[in-house]
Amino acid sequence: MFGIVGTVPEDEFPLISDAVVLEDDQIIFGNKRVAVNRGTPAMIAAAIKTLEHMDRPNPFCFLVGDIGSGEGSKRLYKYLADHLPDSSFKTLAFHYFQPDVGLFKKVVAAINKMPTRPTLVADAGFMYVAKMAGDAPFFDLFTPDAGELAYLADEKAPHPFYTRGFILHEENLIPDLIKRAYRHHNAASYLLVKGVEDFIASKKGIIETVDNPCEEILEPIGGTGDTLTGIVSALIASGMDIESASVKAARVNRLAGLNAKPTPATQVYDIIKQIPGALTEIL
Amino acid sequence: MGPPPEIRSGCDLVIEFPLIEELSITRKLSEINIKPTQVVPINSPLLEPVDLLLEKEYGKYLMVRAANMKITVDRATKMIVNVSGGGCPDVPYLAGEMVNRHLSNAPQPRDIGYTLCAYALQLAYDRVVEQCSV
Repeated sequence: MFGIVGTVPEDEFPLISDAVVLEDDQIIFGNKRVAVNRGTPAMIAAAIKTLEHMDRPNPFCFLVGDIGSGEGSKRLYKYLADHLPDSSFKTLAFHYFQPDVGLFKKVVAAINKMPTRPTLVADAGFMYVAKMAGDAPFFDLFTPDAGELAYLADEKAPHPFYTRGFILHEENLIPDLIKRAYRHHNAASYLLVKGVEDFIASKKGIIETVDNPCEEILEPIGGTGDTLTGIVSALIASGMDIESASVKAARVNRLAGLNAKPTPATQVYDIIKQIPGALTEIL
Repeated sequence: MGPPPEIRSGCDLVIEFPLIEELSITRKLSEINIKPTQVVPINSPLLEPVDLLLEKEYGKYLMVRAANMKITVDRATKMIVNVSGGGCPDVPYLAGEMVNRHLSNAPQPRDIGYTLCAYALQLAYDRVVEQCSV
């Protein structure tokens, strides 16, 4: 089973642990609907499009409403700590979340009690808190962008907001930042770094780069990182190894972006619609 | 400022002040219903917030990145067309509230955000306002 953990940007959205359905630009959980625009809903939508192509069932999602107060995230941390030990997931992908080191540690302990350890993917807030807590190597794949990679590479920064300027500087090359992140044990087993050129790396070094097709306009579009995380997580959940899934996901995401004929004002759902065609072409 | 490693708990912000003024400062904070998580002495330098902003032009669009947050505006109309990056839960919320709004009447992250990602977005927003002469 494939599980996705994240937040929905609506204060009143309840804690839900359920399978999901995608209907046009909305995700449906029982009688609840969420618009697919960015954040975890965009990640889920991209994952569903990928799973449909791979003829796999939709993901099981653990979601809660949180607009930044952290209250929803706290409830979901506690729910995961209580329920993960009795659950069985082959792949778990963690996404937008309020970082809380103490509660995060309880989730890690719960994962360690699961009957079989799942493949663990983390992006966004969950990736931040994994690094803050010193538990980055516990994860199998992180999907940072250049700014987030600089945060992982800065062994002193407790949050991207405190990344030191000499590390954040554009002149720093991605391979150097990757090396620095691994040197200080602040990276997952694999990194899929999204950018003008995507890098797939492990502690042994750069495994592959993907720069084709090249569509620079994707950078300002909110949610293009979320779609990449959704696609790669779904490919891993479909049985693909992490290296292959990362390379193929990077290509699919880039092609879907290109096919959407984007401008900096394009919204991510227009790219999500292009994922099935890109999957057909790439896989 | 950023907290020292021994007191980090998550999305943290530190205010540095002389220890001798602790009582008056905690009193002032409590008057506006702000309770510090901890008040601790420190003896090493604190991390400063990000101060390096990157700007990128895409034709009539301007994107500004502050740390992990990016905001993009149409220079001609001064409309916010995209917000991206970040990892805290208020980022998708802020994007939903700010995108497709004019720079002069969009809600600001400092007013409706909660986290350091929102703080970073405010820095990017301030730079965009400055660049677009709103």
